[in-house]
Formats: sequence, structure tokens, C-alpha cells
Amino acid sequence: MRVLGLILAGGHSESLGPLVSKRASAALPVFGKYRAIDFTLSNMVNAGIRKVGVLTQYNPRSLMDHLGSGKEWDLDRKNGGLFILQPYVSAEGSYWYQGTADAIFQNMTILRRGEEDYVLIGSGDHIYKIDFTKVFEFHFSTGADITLLVKYLDETYDLTKYGIMQMEGHRIVSIEEKPQHPRGNLAFLGIYFMNKYLLMELLYNYVTKGENDLLNIIVAQLSKLKVHGFLFNGYWRNVKKGIDEYFRINMDVLKKEIREELFYKYGKVYTKLKDLPPPKIGSSAVIKNSIISDGCIVNGHVENSVLFRGVIVKAGAIVENSVVMQDTVIEEGAIIKNAILDKEVLIRQQSRLVGKEKLAVLEKRAVL
Amino acid sequence: MRRVLALILAGGHGKRLGVLTEKIAKPAVPFGGKYRLIDFTLSNCVNSGIYHVGVLTQYRPHLLNSHIGIGRPWDLDRKKGGLVILQPYLGGIAGWYRGTADAVYQNMEFVDEANPEQVLILSGDHVYAMDYNDILDFHILKNAEGTIACMEVPIDEASRFGIMVTDVESRIIDFEEKPKKPRSNLASLGIYVFNWSFLKEYLIKDAENEQSTHDFGKDIIPRLIRENRRIFAFKFNGYWRDVGTIRSYWESNLELARPLPPLNLYDRHWRFYTQTEEMPPAYCAPESRISNSIISEGCEIHGIVENSVLFQGVHIGEGSTIKNSVIMTGTVVGKNCVIENSVIAERVIIKDNVQIGVGNDAPSQLDPEVYTGLITVVGMYSIIPENVRIGKNCVVGVGVSEKDFTSSEIPSGGFVLHGE
Repeated sequence: MRVLGLILAGGHSESLGPLVSKRASAALPVFGKYRAIDFTLSNMVNAGIRKVGVLTQYNPRSLMDHLGSGKEWDLDRKNGGLFILQPYVSAEGSYWYQGTADAIFQNMTILRRGEEDYVLIGSGDHIYKIDFTKVFEFHFSTGADITLLVKYLDETYDLTKYGIMQMEGHRIVSIEEKPQHPRGNLAFLGIYFMNKYLLMELLYNYVTKGENDLLNIIVAQLSKLKVHGFLFNGYWRNVKKGIDEYFRINMDVLKKEIREELFYKYGKVYTKLKDLPPPKIGSSAVIKNSIISDGCIVNGHVENSVLFRGVIVKAGAIVENSVVMQDTVIEEGAIIKNAILDKEVLIRQQSRLVGKEKLAVLEKRAVL
Repeated sequence: MRRVLALILAGGHGKRLGVLTEKIAKPAVPFGGKYRLIDFTLSNCVNSGIYHVGVLTQYRPHLLNSHIGIGRPWDLDRKKGGLVILQPYLGGIAGWYRGTADAVYQNMEFVDEANPEQVLILSGDHVYAMDYNDILDFHILKNAEGTIACMEVPIDEASRFGIMVTDVESRIIDFEEKPKKPRSNLASLGIYVFNWSFLKEYLIKDAENEQSTHDFGKDIIPRLIRENRRIFAFKFNGYWRDVGTIRSYWESNLELARPLPPLNLYDRHWRFYTQTEEMPPAYCAPESRISNSIISEGCEIHGIVENSVLFQGVHIGEGSTIKNSVIMTGTVVGKNCVIENSVIAERVIIKDNVQIGVGNDAPSQLDPEVYTGLITVVGMYSIIPENVRIGKNCVVGVGVSEKDFTSSEIPSGGFVLHGE
């Protein structure tokens, strides 16, 4: 069985504010050294998928820079490998992607040309680790036409932002996209697995008639096809759901169980190499419950925080409950609390940035 | 474009590193939290714009080979040139490398094929940052046939090095390898530039000489000086270390953790590249206390770490204290342990309540020649059982298991080796 991986990575989310003013949400930095897309990409590669198409649209530069030739995921291949599928101009006209189904439809060639029999469609915004081979097994053993990944979401998720579904046995009988009053808490995780030819058929049928959303197409098939739900019990979060969610995800990794699940279970998470030296911790440093990445030099006080690569915290500075992205410098005596600092921010001596109910967010290259 | 080929001599055993080089060649010895010794020379090459590099291996090359691979981390996976591993081979004149000069002699065809104007002969086991263009410029400016990089060393250490005497033009007029009574403190760093056609002639002569040990320092260079060839000394003022002994290995590692380290790993304009395992960033727990230390990706620290270098994936359990120590990749330290003045090799398991490197000073009962630095060394893959107390200047061999410990007290200077 050969599986083609497709990753939807064109998204833009207004609710992420300055964090996505210059990058696609799939390129959002997470956990000190990764970007959101690393998780889905690594999950696919770890499950033996050797050909992955990444569908991009919104502000793809940093995403492209990150993915490169796909070398870090072992996807720089003669056969298969990484394919970047961006919107394009053709003799017939030019079209931005109108939705998930349209995006795949416009790249029909990758479906048509490959030797793959199945397609696994994921999103570049999701943070989770999974053994996808279990999903494949489930699909075949239950005789599904389409398998969707589902999870019971607890009260920490805003259910009105998810697709909520009803299941009978394995079978999904109804799906309500972003309901005002959700019936239940079984949500669709945005991950699809199905036969490639079935997908092609659905796209030819619906996209040509103006339906651009893949989930809507599937909803219309619920009575005709066996659409099954694979129940996922692990950690799963979507960075696209807003700044608070993004912050929360980063803080989650300070918990041992989550760290173990995300970093060590079902294979490794691969990411672009940066060749930085290991972190150096000075004599006046205090570090508590924090993630410290390569290239960091810490002399100050860091607590409940995530420091990305190359962050410098000078003596007397305090960083608490904060996410500090790559190459940010926090100078002597500065105080940063409840904040997200994007890349290459400079916090000058004695400056204060303290988020209250709302997190304080500084955009890339800001100077305070 | 310069036509320069670099040859890195990486066949050395490094006997004075004791158990650290029992299973691996010295250039493959881990250094500085995530690197191996050869990374420094390889990085210097590519940072200097030299992208054709031959690595000469011999002693236990397995790990070194897998580390270097096709040279990808150093951008040496190239269509033209790139990195080539030159191992000893059979056929014609060949066999084991009899010495450093013989190693180059046996690979003459490879060098001829590359057709360089100069060859840069380097060691794979030195830690330093050097722009080789400086020595190449100097070599050409002096119209030299050969140039040797050198550095002033403390006079009482001079007898460990090749020592040279120069005239006002920096031309070498006398050279002695490891002299008992050194005539100067100008030491060879084992970094040579030669015009290839010139060197080739001498390599052939040397190979035919049955009295020769076929070594650059002992044979080739003294002969060049005797014959009054144009050999010059290039003075290097930067940081350079041959971490040849356990003590110097330990010291050079700990130096990196100082507030102003002599070698700056953090210089973005002179990066050191390496082949590393993909690991998440380090995690420091609420109860951890870390100061003056280097920690690496994949570390999980619950205890106290002072003046130490922790490599990738090292776990330090609650209540444990690590002081003045080097702990290599993947080693796990249990709860309530004390480790001081020690070098712990890769993937060692240290169970709870273990003490290492504590107590009085004592000479080593295993090999006082090698284990002189009052540093306790634990070899790779060893397991240290609970409640064991190991003194100063002790040795735990490679792959020692729990049942090899017959006593829970290893006095200073003692040792535990793997029983058959």
C-alpha cells in the first residue's frame, strides 16, 4: 500500500494577530525549535510516507525557507519526496485556492501521476503525535471508504470553533461545522484518510459544481459512503485557534507527560537544522520549569517559559510565563511576564512588559 | 580560486585518553556538549572556503565514519571535491599506514587526481578556530616550500611538542620533535602547508628510507630543515588545544562554560558544524539549579549542575549534584547522586545514591601514566549500581555491568573493568 501525504498549510488566522502578519500559521514557531508543520510532517514520514505535498498560499516565505528541499524529513528523494503545491497562473486563468477541496483539485496532477493508492490529508497547524499506521489498519479492518480522525475535546477547547460530529459505532452519521450550540464534544481533527481514486472522483464531482470545502463534500456523502471515525486519545491542539491557544500549547510542553508524548512517542519530530552551539548557563542564572534551546545564553531569571534558539537573557533580567522566540535579546534588569515575544525582539535594559488578562505580544524585530 | 586540498589525519588512537578512546578513534571523541573533535577541523576547512577534504582513518574508524558520513553537516557533500574518506587499503605499495607521512604517501594518487597547488595537512583531534587563508597567504607571501603553524607554549610544556627555532624572517632553522631540552617555546600545532609537487618528492624519498618512521614530525620536517629547504613558521595567536590527556580534555571542556570562554562557540561568523541526533530542547525542572554550565538538547535536569558540560540527552535526577564534570550523550544519572571532577562517557547509567569523584587524592592503580589528572573516568555503556561510592582518579571501564562491582566502595585510584 502506498500513501500520498497532503498537508494543508495555506492558512491565515486573523486571531493570531501579529504572529501571523509575516508567516503562514503552519510556520508558527513552537516549543523552542520547531514549527507547527513539523508535527504533521514528521508523523507522516514516521509512518513510512515517502511523498508529501504541501499546499501553501498565505505568506509562504518562512514556510518555504523552513521546508527547503525536505532534507530534514528525509524527503529529498529521487522518487517521491516533498512537493510544494502553490497556487499558480495557467493558460486557463489564475485562481487562488477557494478552499481545501479546491486547493487539492487544482493540484490534481499530483494525485493522477503518482503510484499511490491512498491519500492522507492533514493540516500544517496541528500539534500532535500519532502512529498513522494504526489509522491505516483501522481503515481497512472496518471497511471504511473514508476515515476521519476524531477526538472527544474537553472544556479547554472552544467547541464552537470545531466540527462536532455524531457517531454510531465506527460510522459518522452527522457533522456540524462550528455549531453555535454543539451537540456533544466529539470533534473532527481535520485529518482524512481515503482511497485516492475516491478522492479524485469526489473532487471532479463537487468542485466543478462550486463546492470548495472538502469537509462539506464529505458531509454530503455521509449516507452513501462509509465515513468512519478513528478515535484519537492523545494530545492534539490547533495553533490556529488564537493567541491564547498558541500560548497554551507552548506552555503545555513544560508538563512531563506531554513532553514525552510529543517528543519521544511514535518516532521523533524532525525540524530544520540550525547548527547552533548548546545553551550556556551563566553563574547568576536561575532557570525553573523552562525549555532552553540551542544557542541560548542565560544569565538572568527564567521561569515557566519557553526560550527558542539563540535567545539571550542577560543578568538581572526576569522572564516569567513567556514564550520568547528565536534570537530575541533581553537586556539587563528587564522584566517580561505573561508575554509572547516574536523573533529578533530587543528588550532594552530595565524595560517592563507584563501581560495581564491579555497576553502581551511583541511582533518580530520590535524594540522595547 | 586557490587550488588547495586538505588532508585530515584522523587515524590516531589517543592512548592517553584511556577508556575514552578504547572503542573510538580520538577524532571521534565528543567535545563541547554536541561536537566531536574532528568537527573543529572540518568546520575550519569549510569556513575557510576549502571544500575538498580527504580524511585519513585507521584506528577504529567505525564511529568516525558514521559521524562524517558523506560530509553533509559540513556542506561537504559535493558534486566536485567534497569529502572523501581515505582508509588503508591493499594493492601495490599499500598496507597499514606506518606513520603520518606514509598515510599521505599511500594516497598520492588521490592528491594527484585533485591536482592542488598546496596541500593543507591537518589533525582531526585538535580544538581550534583558524582561518586557513591566513596561513596560505603567509605561505605564498614567503615564497615558502612548506609552512608550519606554531604557537608559543609555556616552556615546561614544550617537550610535549615539535619545537622550532626561527630566524628573523620566520624561516625555520631548527626543528626537534618532543625535545628533552627544548631550545625554544615555539611549538608546532601539527598544521602544515606544502607545495604538493615539493612534498611529493620528499614523501617518495622518505618511503624508500628504511630507517624512517614515516612521520611528519619525526622524519619529514627534520629532513627538510637539514636540507635547508624554505620552511617557514606561521605564528598563530588564537585558541588551539590538543586535548591529548584526560586532564586537558576535562579542562578544555570546562573552559567553554566560563563567562568569557577562550573559544567562542557562539560566534555566528565562525560556526562549528556537526552531525547531531534530532532532539527536543533542554528542559530545566522547577527544582533544578544550573550555573556556569553548558547543557544540550534533550537534557532533562532536575538536580544541581555547576561548572559542567552536559551533552545531548543527559538526564539528571532529583537531588543529584554534578560539579566540575563532563557528561556525554545519553547518560542517565539517578536520584541523590554526587558527581565531581569526572568525565562520564556516552550512554552510561548511574543509579540512585551513587557518588563519583569524591574523597582523597591517590595515584591510579590501573595506569598512572594515563590516569594522572585526579579525574575519575567512566567508560561508555557502563552501569553503576545503587549506593556505590567511587573515589578520585578512578577508572570504570567500557561496558562495565552491575555485577562487575564486587564492592560498593572504590577507593581513590581504584578501578573496575568489564569482567568476561
